[in-house]
Amino acid sequence: MSSVSRGFRGRRRDVGGEEGRVPPGQYVTQDFPVLSAGPTPHTPHDQWSFSVEGAITPRTWTWEEFRSLPSETVTADIHCVTRWSKLDTVWEGVSLDTLLGQADRGGMFVMAHCDGGYTTNLPAQDVLGGQAWVAFGYGGQPLPPEHGGPARLLVPHLYFWKSAKWVRRLLLLDHDMPGFWETYGYHNYGDPWREQRYSGD
Amino acid sequence: MDALDGNAIAGLLHNVFSSEMTTATGTCATCGSASVVGELMVYLQAPGTVVRCPVCGNIMMVFVRRKGMTCVDLTGLAHMAA
Amino acid sequence: MARAAVQRRLTWQLATVDAVTDETPRVRTLTVGVPGWPGHQAGQHLDIRLTAEDGYQAEREYSVASAPGEPVAITVERLDDGEVSPYLTQELQAGDEIEVRGPVGGYFVWRPEDGGPLLLIAGGSGIVPLRAMLRHRQQTGSTVPTRLIYSARTRQDVIYSAELMELQQGDGVDVVLTLTREQPPGWDGHTGRVDAELLRELAWPAGQDPLAYVCGPTAFAEAVSATLVGLGYPPQRVRIERFGGTGGP
Repeated sequence: MSSVSRGFRGRRRDVGGEEGRVPPGQYVTQDFPVLSAGPTPHTPHDQWSFSVEGAITPRTWTWEEFRSLPSETVTADIHCVTRWSKLDTVWEGVSLDTLLGQADRGGMFVMAHCDGGYTTNLPAQDVLGGQAWVAFGYGGQPLPPEHGGPARLLVPHLYFWKSAKWVRRLLLLDHDMPGFWETYGYHNYGDPWREQRYSGD
Repeated sequence: MDALDGNAIAGLLHNVFSSEMTTATGTCATCGSASVVGELMVYLQAPGTVVRCPVCGNIMMVFVRRKGMTCVDLTGLAHMAA
Repeated sequence: MARAAVQRRLTWQLATVDAVTDETPRVRTLTVGVPGWPGHQAGQHLDIRLTAEDGYQAEREYSVASAPGEPVAITVERLDDGEVSPYLTQELQAGDEIEVRGPVGGYFVWRPEDGGPLLLIAGGSGIVPLRAMLRHRQQTGSTVPTRLIYSARTRQDVIYSAELMELQQGDGVDVVLTLTREQPPGWDGHTGRVDAELLRELAWPAGQDPLAYVCGPTAFAEAVSATLVGLGYPPQRVRIERFGGTGGP
């Protein structure tokens, strides 16, 4: 039983004339909000590594090895479940096709593990085929720690909690498991265009 | 993002526990430290509210608002006493 | 510890905005009439809920700016990228209705019997709950020695300026302003951050068993409280409330 607050609209319907590019229930922001469920880790490059393990030949890269992998510049719109969208963000990162290899991963799942203990789960199909990166650059600069640096996952076609900050390890699984926010009732898949915010949406 | 403290969620906590909780003492299930709830680390700028132990940093409580209900996880809390 | 709070479920109540008062170009005080308000303590909060026509809701928690017994008031700083504070400081008018629930909180609260000497340290809009304490002290005739150190960016950003100057002159409260970004011509007050040097000069000596309340943005509150502990204040005599505004000290 709520009473409407005269003249209150929230800012979420402000899509800045970009209706077709903004998923339902989102507003467009120019700044880059910092969301975090814990302190920002500051892992120095010489203590940083990135691993793939599980149902895959395990592999670990040091920062230098990781940075010597072929990288791509990616321009993407990103959509946070807290209702902001940011258009035309420019990233630099290593494609997950490069990190996970060319083998058929149909029916498999990826659990991303991060510094600070955060996890999120994704279908392997959604991180292959040029859809996901481990990004180390943003806007032509090194990715700042508050936005996930040294490196974060970038999966722009899903809500941004799937683009885990401070990612260090991808675990390939033959079954699905909920990650951190998914455990608390956020949607297991998180497609912003179908407004899959919570389980059951 | 800087953490706030338990004072910032006084209303949420009161609503969940039906009592003023910022002066209660919560014991961390990970490290066993007892802290006044008003002094716990609180992260609000996230899909939910995450409350951490100021001593060891581990999660003590998580609150997620979903379709008018609040999902409450207290598994990181060993004990809470008013 | 005795349980002071009565067990009481919080419910949202429709409140009427009775008055709006501009404190600074960015800060406005809203005085609200809340039917059945059970009374509050100095330093407590209330929650505000706004509802758009399509049902979208936003909730925020604010410190109560008024003393116990006074009409309920909150003081809101407008954050330019905010969702709720621009509405509260620019759109809302006297006669409008908003939903509130409260009071809530009990940790960052001062009662006259808590004594002192009292050291109140504010960064930016962190002054708000401390102002409620100052008014409560005055209202109850408390003679607890009290010093307020208030860090603001510029003279224009000082909230409750006239009221604080009056307290300074008439009521035995030391009010110390420090302006961190810009000072008016002829300013002979403090200019820097609330650092160890300033606190060594102005904080009550730890030997007097002072009680400190520190309210401001997280980095400010943590730096100040750590400095006080470094000066010998026992941590349990330094109460902290952090807030997330971008206002800055």
